[in-house]
Amino acid sequence: MRINMCGVMVDDQARAHEFYTETLGFRVKHDIPVGKHRWLTVVSPAEPGGAELVLEPDEHPAAKVFKAAMVADGIPLASFGVEDIEAEHKRLEAAGVRFTQPPVDYGTAITAVFDDTCGNLIQMMQGKKEGGES
Amino acid sequence: MDDLYRAIADPTRRAILDELVERDGQSLFELCGRLVMKHGIGSSRQAISQHLELLESAGLVEVRREGRYKFHWYNGEPLESIAVRWPAKSKGDAPR
Repeated sequence: MRINMCGVMVDDQARAHEFYTETLGFRVKHDIPVGKHRWLTVVSPAEPGGAELVLEPDEHPAAKVFKAAMVADGIPLASFGVEDIEAEHKRLEAAGVRFTQPPVDYGTAITAVFDDTCGNLIQMMQGKKEGGES
Repeated sequence: MDDLYRAIADPTRRAILDELVERDGQSLFELCGRLVMKHGIGSSRQAISQHLELLESAGLVEVRREGRYKFHWYNGEPLESIAVRWPAKSKGDAPR
């Protein structure tokens, strides 16, 4: 068994498309119209055949309540690996991304948390064992 | 005053204050991460929330909402009353 897809629920798929590709640098894998929404997935350019991130609409009434509670407490709903978290933090902040937690060194990893502009917090993580991606 | 002494009587709450002094304005998520990774305190988020409420009622922590986020800030002012009440030396100290 392997992880094929994983999703984040977004309040606006057009904005999610823009943020996850132009700001974060992921690539669109699927973009298929489904009714008034889209089947929209992105992948990392480093692993185009790897796990897909589904940017799905948060239309379920429970989703918005859940998301608001997670954001208030600073809890991220996905985590992405980076090689140089300080550089990414600088780059994203310069691009106007709002961080709720700047890079913090936890010993085994350095993590930071930012707002995806679609109602979620996202974590990025740099593993420290070999200084590489986690 | 009782609230203040009760607030700092607990090691978890002292660790919370330590972490806020290191970086002020943290989310609950960040605080919990720091407590577990740096202090080995694996209490639930709910338990940490309750510690924060106690610290807030003692005036040592302020919770501020910024839009949709909620951050915790350190306020050391109430602690000054302790040093005023029990100064390092009593007034009657004779010079040695």
